[in-house]
Amino acid sequence: MVTVADYSGLTSTWCPGCGNFGILNALKKALVELNLKPHQVLLVSGIGQAGKLPHYTRGNVFNSLHGRPVPPAIGAKIANPELTVIAISGDGDGYGEGGNHFIHSLRRNHDITYLVHNNQIYGLTKGQTSPTSDQGFVTKTTPYGASPPINPIALAIATGAGFVSRSFAGDTEHLSRMMKAGITHRGFALIDILQPCVSFNHKNTFSWYRERVYKLEEQAGYDPSNKLAALEKAFEWGDRIPIGIFYQQTLPTFEEQIPALRQGPLVKQPIDPKQIQPLIDEFI
Amino acid sequence: MTTDINFMVGGEAGQGVQSVGFLLAKSLTRGGFHIFADQDYESRIRGGHNFFRIRASDSAIGAIVEQVHILLALNKESIDLHRKELTSNGIIIFDGEKIKDTGSNTSLFSVPLERLAQEKAGNKLMSNTVALGAALGLVGYDLTIMDQVLREHFGADNIGQDNVKAARAGYEYARENFKGNFKQHLSPIGDTRIMLLTGNDAIALGAIAAGCKFMAAYPMTPVTSIMEYLATKARDLNLVMVHAEDEIAAINMAIGASYAGVRAMTATSGGGFCLMVEGLGLAGMTETPIVIIEGQRAGPAIGLPTRTEQGDLEFVLHAHHGEFPRAVLAPATIEDCFWLTIKAFNLAEKYQLPVILLTDQYLASSYATVSKFDLAKVTIERGLLFEPTTNEEYQRHKITESGISPRAFPGQEGVLVVTDSDEHDEAGHLIEDAETRTRMMQKRLRKLLSLKQEISPPQLYGPSKAEITLVGWGSTYGALREAVDILRKEKPSVNLLHLNELWPFPAKAVANVLAGSGNSYVIENNATGQLARLIRRETGVKVSGNILKYDGRPFTPAYIVQAVQEGRYDHGNGS
Ligand SMILES: Cc1ncc(C[n+]2csc(CCOP(=O)(O)OP(=O)(O)O)c2C)c(N)n1
Ligand code: SF4
Ligand SMILES: [Mg+2]
Repeated sequence: MVTVADYSGLTSTWCPGCGNFGILNALKKALVELNLKPHQVLLVSGIGQAGKLPHYTRGNVFNSLHGRPVPPAIGAKIANPELTVIAISGDGDGYGEGGNHFIHSLRRNHDITYLVHNNQIYGLTKGQTSPTSDQGFVTKTTPYGASPPINPIALAIATGAGFVSRSFAGDTEHLSRMMKAGITHRGFALIDILQPCVSFNHKNTFSWYRERVYKLEEQAGYDPSNKLAALEKAFEWGDRIPIGIFYQQTLPTFEEQIPALRQGPLVKQPIDPKQIQPLIDEFI
Repeated sequence: MTTDINFMVGGEAGQGVQSVGFLLAKSLTRGGFHIFADQDYESRIRGGHNFFRIRASDSAIGAIVEQVHILLALNKESIDLHRKELTSNGIIIFDGEKIKDTGSNTSLFSVPLERLAQEKAGNKLMSNTVALGAALGLVGYDLTIMDQVLREHFGADNIGQDNVKAARAGYEYARENFKGNFKQHLSPIGDTRIMLLTGNDAIALGAIAAGCKFMAAYPMTPVTSIMEYLATKARDLNLVMVHAEDEIAAINMAIGASYAGVRAMTATSGGGFCLMVEGLGLAGMTETPIVIIEGQRAGPAIGLPTRTEQGDLEFVLHAHHGEFPRAVLAPATIEDCFWLTIKAFNLAEKYQLPVILLTDQYLASSYATVSKFDLAKVTIERGLLFEPTTNEEYQRHKITESGISPRAFPGQEGVLVVTDSDEHDEAGHLIEDAETRTRMMQKRLRKLLSLKQEISPPQLYGPSKAEITLVGWGSTYGALREAVDILRKEKPSVNLLHLNELWPFPAKAVANVLAGSGNSYVIENNATGQLARLIRRETGVKVSGNILKYDGRPFTPAYIVQAVQEGRYDHGNGS
């Protein structure tokens, strides 16, 4: 039996009251409830406050560069599909610096889960605008207000993702449910997480989000398999902010479509130089 | 060397220059000739001017030469551009019914390529195959070899048959109608079970032999064919090649795969390597083995995208901020491409660091005949692996005397593999304290001490002491070696010092050779003499001068010989 104690890691350096604590707790809860042992899990993070999360729990950890958690996560998943691979990013990390990787991993549908701690600000570098800052939001680098934000939910749906969701760090229950759904979903699962940054974002606070969020699964008639309806919902942002699974559909994953992986994980394939003898003969 | 003949196929992109060139080289390979062939092409799909040079000899050769004996001119431009390279009794095969205004010249031999292709094979598009036949007819080559090579290439069905008919038409036409005084006759001479392959082919084979299971890359001349080869073989050989969204993703994917436990690589050219630099340091910091093929082309920026250069030596040695160990290997020959790729994987895993294999467009796309690789000689060294014997908790970056920490892979019960691009402690968790930082830096850099022992000494060719020492690195080996042979006919005291394993730099061995030479000249395909600077930095020896070439074209033996004979040295532009 896996318990939460199995997932206790180092003491965090996050600010007291940071939304990241809720995300950390939700992740531990999800992994325990899925009965996954730490050695079965690979956490690949980028750089930012979000990127530090893996150190505060237990598992295999690859803390990569700013903007780059997704590519090594993909590489590791292809090498060993038996691992549960979770990539962890911030809004700057994932949607800014790593934007290209985001788009293309959605499209290719790698079987990984992607947690984006979306605090609508750059936390670690102390309060600059992020790709998801609300339009007009004044920060140290946008004294005249931020440009319009990207919409990761709409982008993901439009790019062909099979699992597109949003949750809220202030609702650990909901968040861990989303995480479990994302991890068990076969294919790329995006969980965009509304994460208050108590130090640098004084607009999008816990209470600001709490007043606005509502759960899609509680909406009568909401059908997460309806792509166009999901896309329409994705544009709702303001007085009311939907959370939950916007869109879900099982699509062939990148890994399933690789013939070489049908023989088992690459890491278990033996190395045999003699294997290339026929190739050499082709050059004769 | 009694036979040494040089063919050139010239034409527009899209006219089949590459395929005629390859088939000619293949036919001669099957007859036991040693081949060296290079390709000169523009960055376009149609039009322009491309050529393919095939040198065939009865002795080992490793370079191209300028002088052409038989020119297969598929268009007029080929005649105009290359007439000056023709030897005094050289022959130009061309279609006089299509190409006019060539002037009259005894070297011109008109073959109605298009008409014969239409009449004999029913397809005028096969006129280049007629030209191939005419060239082989001119030297009276073995017909059965030609037919067989064509059938293998085009298939035994109608297309193959028609190509055989087209080639035979050209062959017979040349036999019957050529009245000139070209006397060279080529008949098969020896071992016909020899490979004909490019540098990229050899790298791809080397990677697969070394057990590379994962490659991620983004297409870029001159390395794209490595990606394509691995992609083609992926299904049968249980490996994965991912065409990534960009070079940043490519190197990071490869690093992730390697971290998870497989041998992984990427390939790019200088421009893509610019994007990979960030990942290079990540591999250094997380001590993740990775092999990077860097096929140089003429820079900076897009530069000359299809041309050769050795301009990235200092770049790959210094790329990334901060300090960490790396290895840089630069194959000298196509055979070397195979063996050094294998060595790159072994070093990467033994020392848990990035290894860069530095080639260039010339080596990547040139063909040479090479004896079959002896696979019994391939060794696989995966380095120190963690064995869970005690109850001790696994520490990915455990500090050891050698600096090498046993590796484990994620997924093993009882083991957690933790690593970080931030400075970290032995367990892999990020730290900021000065003491741990210092110890981890020392641990990583300590790996250089044993890595140094793995670097083979540079090749010395010719007498051990000489009045003139030519020094080179990487792909220039063949041209330099032949240049030394030519120079020594007049002046015996010339030798060659050639480096194919560049970092850690074999300083002692280089210093020793240079101590015994009168004057030393570094020959490089770049504008500022990068190896010369490196030698000075690492050994304190200032070489006497440089022979530099940075026009995007490779060195030939004659070019080097002439520069030496005329004392045409420079001292590195602006350096
Ligand atoms: C290549 C590179 N550029 C910039 C930085 C500096 N940097 C570190 S974290 C960060 C942004 C953090 O914002 P976000 O990704 O939203 O994470 P948060 O701290 O808000 O969780 C930046 C710009 C870096 N580490 N690397
Ligand atoms: S700066 Fe913001 S995101 Fe970072 S730890 Fe503090 S509250 Fe959390
Ligand atoms: Mg942020």
